[in-house]
Amino acid sequence: MRMIPASDSSLLVVVGNAISSDLQARVLTLFHTLQARRDSRIRNLHPAYASLLIDFDPLVMTHEEVATLVETVLGNGPSVATDNSEVVEIPVCYDEEFGPDLADVAEHNHISVAEVVELHSSATYYVCFLGFTAGFAYLGGLPDGLHTPRLSTPRRLVAGGSVGIAGSQTGIYPTETPGGWRLIGRTPLRMFDPQAESPTRLQPGDRVHFAAIDRATFERIQRERE
Amino acid sequence: MTVRVAKPGFFATVQDRGRYGYAHLGISPAGAADGLSLRIANLLVGNDENAPALEMTLVGATLEFEEHAVIAVSGAKCECKVAQSLLPANEAVEVAAGVVLQCGSTTDGARSYLAVQGGFDVPIVMGSASTDIRGRFGGIEGRRLESGDVLYVRQGNNPKVRHLHSGALDASQYSGEVRVTKGAQHNWFSPETYATLLSSPYLVSEQSDRAGLRLNGEAVSPREKAQLLTDGIPLGAIQVPQDGQPIILFVDQQTTGGYPKIANVIAADMHRIGQLRPRDQVRFVEVSIAEAVEALRAQERWMKKIFVT
Repeated sequence: MRMIPASDSSLLVVVGNAISSDLQARVLTLFHTLQARRDSRIRNLHPAYASLLIDFDPLVMTHEEVATLVETVLGNGPSVATDNSEVVEIPVCYDEEFGPDLADVAEHNHISVAEVVELHSSATYYVCFLGFTAGFAYLGGLPDGLHTPRLSTPRRLVAGGSVGIAGSQTGIYPTETPGGWRLIGRTPLRMFDPQAESPTRLQPGDRVHFAAIDRATFERIQRERE
Repeated sequence: MTVRVAKPGFFATVQDRGRYGYAHLGISPAGAADGLSLRIANLLVGNDENAPALEMTLVGATLEFEEHAVIAVSGAKCECKVAQSLLPANEAVEVAAGVVLQCGSTTDGARSYLAVQGGFDVPIVMGSASTDIRGRFGGIEGRRLESGDVLYVRQGNNPKVRHLHSGALDASQYSGEVRVTKGAQHNWFSPETYATLLSSPYLVSEQSDRAGLRLNGEAVSPREKAQLLTDGIPLGAIQVPQDGQPIILFVDQQTTGGYPKIANVIAADMHRIGQLRPRDQVRFVEVSIAEAVEALRAQERWMKKIFVT
């Protein structure tokens, strides 16, 4: 583990240099433990694949104090379990209209579209971290047979709720944005609601399962949401 | 008490000092691009320094005050007129009921701050009134002001206006090189490349906004084409994409990203980034973390000294 001052107000804790569930678990343990401490001197925590950026108020805390805190927390062992969280179920309609890249993902992996859907909706994923845009969760655990590089030219607009694949990851666009992930379906659920007590449906460390639904169910859930 | 937006100007949003504690949900701090001017405007009218105020970019707004109000404009200079008379900047001034306030173009920076006694009354979302443009929440429906918008003003709790010492803002917190500390991936760059960043002038591109200021100048490409594993981005990080042209990530930035960060603007100079305009020239100078923190402490002492007690 290395700790690097990233700015006068932040410390980057690096636990490795790869996308792996082991490193992710270490990052999330540190993240959850620090978050549970509710230390008012710490302003923001940015977990990523193998690092945690700790943003703090430099008028009341030093990099050395943050580093000591991190070492203490890690020395005490995991105080917050992250691997027994409930599995969040996300319904996804894998219609071609919602998944314009289904055929490309199938072709890239030499399988059928039906097999793409079957594989994607049978795995259990974990939320590595959220980033890119408010509520965008990067999910790890994509089956090997679905890995597909992102589009060479991003789409100017991707609809909110779109489910995509980029390399070894899958994720859901919470709101309409430009984006380069391969789109394979769409969820009717609202993934980001700034007014809600818990603004994002997914949190770092959550486990996720996609349930395939048909178009009629998609529309019913969407209507109920309104 | 209400204020009607007759003309929104170029880009006006409601901002306070920002939204903290939600970066792990992908939510950037937002908040005033020049936090120092926001604080000064608020303190002048007797508000808490975090009260929601109007951030006006390049071209100011035209506002109709339906009732008597006390306001102050700080930050970039812009001509503010009521009828034909000019309002002084950096002073609490009373505007009568029915008055139309016209704010002109900024002349020495990018953003002016209009604080109203009591503060603008917008919903507090995740602990802040700040507008998050990309996330479309906070401020006025998560967007810039539009003609016809009505802004509500909170009732002040018997606030007392304050005054600045004359010439207090002359000894500027706005000039000279922008101070930076080494970035998290500074060693991805050769010493020569790092020296280039510190010795070359950069021009602020037109493609700049509150999320990032794109700079044009000598390229500072990393030593190797290695791909950085996505990590967290601190406010004011200077990241370098493949083309070697640096980008200063700012208040509306993404919370994570995959480009190496060569340097980072110090907290005490962050407000100056918010006053940079397209085609402005920027030069960087490196300071140590200890110097950066001391500069921030000095700035806080300065903030206390400029007001008449």
